[in-house]
Amino acid sequence: MTQQQTAGPPSAGHADLAEEFLDRQTPLSRIRNILHRYPAVSPALVLLIAVVVFGLLNDRFLRVENLSLITQQVSVVGTLAIAQTLIILTAGIDLSVGAVMILSSMVMAQLAVNNGLPAPIALLAGLVVGLAAGALNGFLVTRFRLPPFIVTLGTLNIFIALTLLYSNGATVRGSAMPPLLTWTGTTFPLGPVRISTGVVMMLLLYIVVAFILGKTAWGRHVYAVGDDKEAARLAGIPVSRVLMSVYLAAGAVLAAGAWIQIGRTNAASPNAGVDLNLDSITAVVIGGTSLFGGRGSIWGSLLGALIVGVFRNGLSLAGLDVLYQTLAVGVLIILAVSIDQWIRKVKS
Amino acid sequence: MTMTEFTAPHVTTREPILRARNLVKTFGRVVGLDGVSLDLYPGEVLAIIGDNGAGKSTLIKCLTGAEVPDTGELFVSGQQVHFKRPQDARVHGIETVYQNLAVSPALDVASNLFLGREERRAGLLGSVFRMLDTKGMRRKAKEELTRLGISTLQDVTVPVENLSGGQRQAVAVARAAAFGSKVVVLDEPTAALGVRESNQVLQLVRDLRDRGLPVILISHNMPHVFDVADRIHIQRLGKCAATITPQSHTMTDAVAIMTGAATA
Repeated sequence: MTQQQTAGPPSAGHADLAEEFLDRQTPLSRIRNILHRYPAVSPALVLLIAVVVFGLLNDRFLRVENLSLITQQVSVVGTLAIAQTLIILTAGIDLSVGAVMILSSMVMAQLAVNNGLPAPIALLAGLVVGLAAGALNGFLVTRFRLPPFIVTLGTLNIFIALTLLYSNGATVRGSAMPPLLTWTGTTFPLGPVRISTGVVMMLLLYIVVAFILGKTAWGRHVYAVGDDKEAARLAGIPVSRVLMSVYLAAGAVLAAGAWIQIGRTNAASPNAGVDLNLDSITAVVIGGTSLFGGRGSIWGSLLGALIVGVFRNGLSLAGLDVLYQTLAVGVLIILAVSIDQWIRKVKS
Repeated sequence: MTMTEFTAPHVTTREPILRARNLVKTFGRVVGLDGVSLDLYPGEVLAIIGDNGAGKSTLIKCLTGAEVPDTGELFVSGQQVHFKRPQDARVHGIETVYQNLAVSPALDVASNLFLGREERRAGLLGSVFRMLDTKGMRRKAKEELTRLGISTLQDVTVPVENLSGGQRQAVAVARAAAFGSKVVVLDEPTAALGVRESNQVLQLVRDLRDRGLPVILISHNMPHVFDVADRIHIQRLGKCAATITPQSHTMTDAVAIMTGAATA
């Protein structure tokens, strides 16, 4: 009896279900379903509108030099946002990204300048610092099952203190460093624009991470762990190992961010990057990645970082006080989270 | 009345696929299982019923590797096995659909079917770049769903959260059926479902049996149990009180045995 049904047309029960599903498709819910499936669509629209509006407000905005400047301004936050996205996708949050990046950049600069180590070794040491910081966060999250918010709030302070202890609060100037360390700040012409090496590096990181998240089993497991940890475990995914690897990967990305930061600011300063933690979260959230995990896209975070950069740059070109930039970013965050909540209601 | 008296009409061989002998499991001073034996034959649906605390869950956990029994023996196709983790049971072809479904809501149907055992592309793309064979997995997912007669789920790129409860359950069952080469264990598969959705899942259970895959079904719902089961294993106070069939006993009898008001 059952074999026949397999080959035959859908039963009445099936047809009812299908109808029910189709009935619920109003225009608004269709938009919601699209946003739900492609989380990068809404930040892309916001960016487009922002660019057009600021372009109309001030004709200097759309000049290639200005656009090139914006990309350079977002290169560090954009890189930190990659690490932040990985962690937020697992339903975590990392308050220590900025501190890890600064610690890593101080180690790179000090080893090269004060200890006279070759630049590649100094960079490698910075990478080790990033990985170690990621390992510490990951260890505390997986082994002791502490909430990532608390763990990284703690390590944020630890890393800030370590940075100040290690550097004695002194800034290392770029002019004293070997050229390789500041290489990320160099620019090269591409048609009429000058592109900085740091921006290219950030974009390469985005491409690599996007491939890994979208096309490999590991990437799928990252989403699954953030979506429903218990379901992932029962499906045979080694949840702790996935989480640990996410924190390690984030640490490696942060070390790359440290290198970009040295080039961008032409210095390694222990006091830099205080706002970078929150800015990276802002970029990820505006980019449509859900703070509840399991949902979002790495490209959204790049768009989010660009949106913040465009707003800051556009508002200052329009002659508005810095306070208004901060105000605008605040409004953006709340809007982005509201949209996320609305999208998550797709079917519940 | 012994267990071998009543066997499934579909049984083709006397060799049980899964055989448990005198399983004992204690939790401190609490005895979860007190020497339980069980046989599962090819092509049958074996229901396990019992009151709360009768040892249903513990029995299932011991059969699927989620718990390790203190003593007792377990055989799969006549070969003795020792399951330490759920993965061990999986390796031996025993797939479990957990009560809480274990699907990932934001991932699509195909991704969920292959969650935890994704397939990679052939060649360098797969071995060096670890690239997933998304198309291949979608095609196979579609084939598997068609084979199971789940016609409403033809779009395997839909996120699972967009599905109804019955369809989600179907995804979970399809995953078990696709990878469970020997036994599929369903823990309360209809507990959270409506009437129509329950019927869809029960139909899936029959389909699995008709394909020759034996099913162990844990349920509180007597009509469902009597509807699909070939044999019914009744747990009571950590022991197997009786193994009956829907033909030999009524639901009232089964409840009486379950509560100790009667013996088989």
